[in-house]
Amino acid sequence: MSQSALTRVFYRRGVPIWRDVVVLQWIAQIVSAVLVIVFLIFFVSNVLRAAEARGLSLGYGFIDTASGFPLPESVLPYDAARPFGYAFLIGILHTLKVSVVGVVLATLLGTVTALARLSTNWLVNKIASVYIEIIRNIPLAVQLFFWYFAVFQQLPSVQESFELPGPIFFSQRGLYMVWASPTATFGFWMVFVIAGVVLAVVLYRVLTSYQLRTGRTTYPIATALIVLIALPVVGWFLAGANPLSKTVPVLGKFNFSGGLNLTPEFTALLVGLVIYTGAFIAEVVRAGILAVSRGQFEAARAVGLSPMLVLRLVVLPQALRVIIPPLISQYLNLTKNSSLAILIGYPDLFFVGRTTINQAGRAVPVFILVMVSYLLMSLTTSAIMNVYNRRIQLVER
Amino acid sequence: MTMSTASDTMTRPPSALGPIKWLKKNLFSTWPNTVLTFVAAAVVYFVLKGVFTWVFVSAKWDPVTNSLKLFAVGQYPTGELWRVGTILLMVSFLMGVSWSLWGGTVRTFALALAVALGVIALLPVGLEKMGWTLRLWFLANPILTGLGYLLGRAPVVKSRWLLIGWVLSFVLTIFLLRGFEGNETLPVVETGLWGGLLLTFLLALIGIVASFPIGVLLALGRQSSLPVVKIFCTLFIELVRGVPLVTILFMFSIILPLFLPENIRIDRVMRAMLAMTFFAAAYMAENVRGGLQAIPRGQYEAAEAVGLNAFQTMLLIVLPQALRAVIPAIVGQFIALFMDTTLAIIVGLVELLAIGKSILNSNVEWLLLDSEVYIFIAAVFWVFTYSMSYASRRLEVALGVGER
Repeated sequence: MSQSALTRVFYRRGVPIWRDVVVLQWIAQIVSAVLVIVFLIFFVSNVLRAAEARGLSLGYGFIDTASGFPLPESVLPYDAARPFGYAFLIGILHTLKVSVVGVVLATLLGTVTALARLSTNWLVNKIASVYIEIIRNIPLAVQLFFWYFAVFQQLPSVQESFELPGPIFFSQRGLYMVWASPTATFGFWMVFVIAGVVLAVVLYRVLTSYQLRTGRTTYPIATALIVLIALPVVGWFLAGANPLSKTVPVLGKFNFSGGLNLTPEFTALLVGLVIYTGAFIAEVVRAGILAVSRGQFEAARAVGLSPMLVLRLVVLPQALRVIIPPLISQYLNLTKNSSLAILIGYPDLFFVGRTTINQAGRAVPVFILVMVSYLLMSLTTSAIMNVYNRRIQLVER
Repeated sequence: MTMSTASDTMTRPPSALGPIKWLKKNLFSTWPNTVLTFVAAAVVYFVLKGVFTWVFVSAKWDPVTNSLKLFAVGQYPTGELWRVGTILLMVSFLMGVSWSLWGGTVRTFALALAVALGVIALLPVGLEKMGWTLRLWFLANPILTGLGYLLGRAPVVKSRWLLIGWVLSFVLTIFLLRGFEGNETLPVVETGLWGGLLLTFLLALIGIVASFPIGVLLALGRQSSLPVVKIFCTLFIELVRGVPLVTILFMFSIILPLFLPENIRIDRVMRAMLAMTFFAAAYMAENVRGGLQAIPRGQYEAAEAVGLNAFQTMLLIVLPQALRAVIPAIVGQFIALFMDTTLAIIVGLVELLAIGKSILNSNVEWLLLDSEVYIFIAAVFWVFTYSMSYASRRLEVALGVGER
């Protein structure tokens, strides 16, 4: 072979192909892709072989067959004759329930603690920091065990329940509290409530933009608040019968009836998650508020804004920019940590998945279902929060 | 605060308050503040009073005091406990050497370890439970730390050897604990017998050490300009970070055996360790990526200008700087992983928390002593994690991360 032919085949733009970056990069990509694919094929073929050998099923046909296991509690009517898919749905709802309530309460607790931590009162400040340092350094699983086995399981029996004003009763059966339950006219009233919220938001935005454009005072907040309160009140009276009625737990022979019941499992999980995540959120919020420089407060005061306005217009918008991203990951952590429910027997997504695997030996498909559900929840939460985050981020010019 | 030294007095700003003024400023500045102080003081008083009476009067600590060996090492055979003792001695010694070579935060650690073990050895209570041999084992630790410190001051001992020593000690720990098939002096101790604090530490350490190289590779892959590599790495990281650790532990304990050929069997503890590594790798990758992103563009360009190729640039210029910047983050991750080991209870491992649960069930009289046992476990975790996070904060200052 002549020199020129060799050059034509093995050289590109004067570089031998074994030193050509583009070629090397392609080789690296192909090699890594092949490696990953080989691994996947290896695993999948093993699963198929194992499935065949042990008679496991890999399909999702079992979704609409009877689950065959009871759940300790359920937000929807449920029994062992219901299909597996339905049990799984209840598991998801349980995870969502504890996560949503937990996120709201943990944010409140975290914010209050952060404010206490920033307080000029030395004692309050120290109490908050002791709470944060104790809680953050103890594993959540240990805390959940403590709340469930050492606190909620050892509460007095129903007959000797421990009562707080409200009334709220604590006993081995969990928490019973006074609650408002919807009546027949509740749907009618809800229309007014939703209309009130929508109208309030729309009015607030329209009036704010009008004020910004023309400089005339339009009182957007006051107007929105009035609409927000007035519409539901009007609806309440138009509905005739009360849309909500008060139900009070009454001690019967064996248990309470009426009121809202939270099981010990749910309450322990919720308390554990809120107290744990609250400590982390407190640090997030504190860091966010400290990130706003002192000069900003002083400048805003100098311009003549009242302390409330300083907080609302100057400090919070800047602090939120710092707070939101780590707050997102705390919310995600709380959702993922709710899978520890299995330690204390609250039937969440993971609990239902694991029970199914134990009962029916459909490990692989159930497992994929559980993983995908958690992923979807995580991705949705972070997508929503990221949209919000993008809206409040600084627009650099 | 007291005024201790002369230099302290000199640097103190003139506005230092007297005790009365301090009280007025920090506790009673305004009327609402005064009310707040009294309410808070009342709360603190009642909580402290309750806690003290409970701890010293009403709590029954029998399940804890009678099971200290279980809490420490689980079911590890008593006759083989010298292996655990030897490992502890090795760590004490290396700590001593590190103290003299590296100083700073390591000094705090080494001192804390030596003092704690020394105090345990000389504890005046529990003479009948803790024999003289056990005390001598504990007492040898601070002595070895001191010897290590002296050895470290010899000019021949280099930092590089110390690093190799630490790596070797890690490998040695595993072999010593496991033993060898058919060996007389070091018979095999099945991993199923490893437990308690020992297993908790092992899970966390192996998780962090094994996940380190994988995490670095994943981080580099995610930063890579090759789309295929980037997609795989990003997918792995995001998928693992999107699901809870319990599902991954469970996956390794139930699904992994299906994924492997019939003839490969991995025991339960190993599977949990693999799961911890798998999980930690994704988080490690994100930590390392943070470090990589902190490296200014100029470093790459300078390296290229000097004539280094991409591989050399990474290995010699970028990674050393990036990894140095993420040491505190990795310590933080280790602390988190240390706490996460408690989840191994779900796949049937007997780490600290599971030991506590089984102790409660082992004796009818202890059935309702959950508070005592779980608060003890919480206290153990707290002491370790709090001291580690304290050290990590010091380390951050010492490394000057974020100040350059």
